Amino acid sequence: MPKGLVVIDRERCKGCGLCIDACPFGVLGFSGEYNSSGYNVATMLHPEKCTGCAICAQMCPDVAIEVYRQQPDQPKEAV
Amino acid sequence: MSQVSVEIPPGYQKVFGRPRALSDAPYTYCPGCHHGIIGRLIAEAIDELGIQGRTVGIAPVGCSVFLYRFYRCDFIQAAHGRACAVATGLKRANPDLIVFSYQGDGDLAAIGTAETVHAAARGENFTVIFVNNQIYGMTGGEMAPTTLPGQRTVTTPQGRDVALTGYPLKISEMLAQLDAPAYITRQSVHDARHVQLARKAILKAFRNQLEGKGFSLVEVLATCPTNFRMPPVEAQKWVTEKAMQFFPLGDLKVRDE
Repeated sequence: MPKGLVVIDRERCKGCGLCIDACPFGVLGFSGEYNSSGYNVATMLHPEKCTGCAICAQMCPDVAIEVYRQQPDQPKEAV
Repeated sequence: MSQVSVEIPPGYQKVFGRPRALSDAPYTYCPGCHHGIIGRLIAEAIDELGIQGRTVGIAPVGCSVFLYRFYRCDFIQAAHGRACAVATGLKRANPDLIVFSYQGDGDLAAIGTAETVHAAARGENFTVIFVNNQIYGMTGGEMAPTTLPGQRTVTTPQGRDVALTGYPLKISEMLAQLDAPAYITRQSVHDARHVQLARKAILKAFRNQLEGKGFSLVEVLATCPTNFRMPPVEAQKWVTEKAMQFFPLGDLKVRDE
């Protein structure tokens, strides 16, 4: 399981490519699929490399990206 | 606008999503426009300070004229350039409101210079977000007061000739000379590190208002890929290679009391 997971809202994405340029691990790329506005939507081409750093989401001008990160096993709380 | 409906496997926790202060309306900006990032940073500041219920924004004339659609807070659409004048009246009549104006360089630095300078000189207690993309975006890419020397626009096709049209206005440097402003800074959003710095600056500008410190202005260097005639990623390089050389980043005035 990769450490991070990126969810891109296809309809919000305008295919500007800023997230692809910003990702330090080359996770993202253009999907070649077009949304209803005709934009080439970004997607995770290499999901296994994602660390959940959220740099893509920081750079997304359309706030189309949600980032999820795998949580380390929670220490058991004393009841 | 379609909602994200993806199955998230167990064990994953959301670490980044849309701020609550942003509405579901999609931005009307062009692809790669920095307005979107700056708008999100303001929404994050509103969320963090918990002021959504008493925040009123002043929208300018320009690409961000539809700002009121994008936030879950009240907005006033001011006449071109008069956002600081409207904000002055609003804040003086309702001191409990948190008032911010969001203006581009065509609005704040051209037609609205007088309102901005005098609001700063009076030390009015509100926050100004000044988006400087060195061009008139909405009207088709004409020369702005902040257009760099030699920069090509549709009205300066040979590049801005300083002998004919003078030099760009450095609004933040001008305002930093005044006694009253509490906080004048210039930031950029061309990479993730600078987005974080801009986020901190915008948060500080709002916090100054909450603490009654007075006029705070955050200038943010931005791109206009459409009118720069560049792909968005290339337009970001313009910021570091050209714009930041003429408009250096950093705090120009910080009044700590």
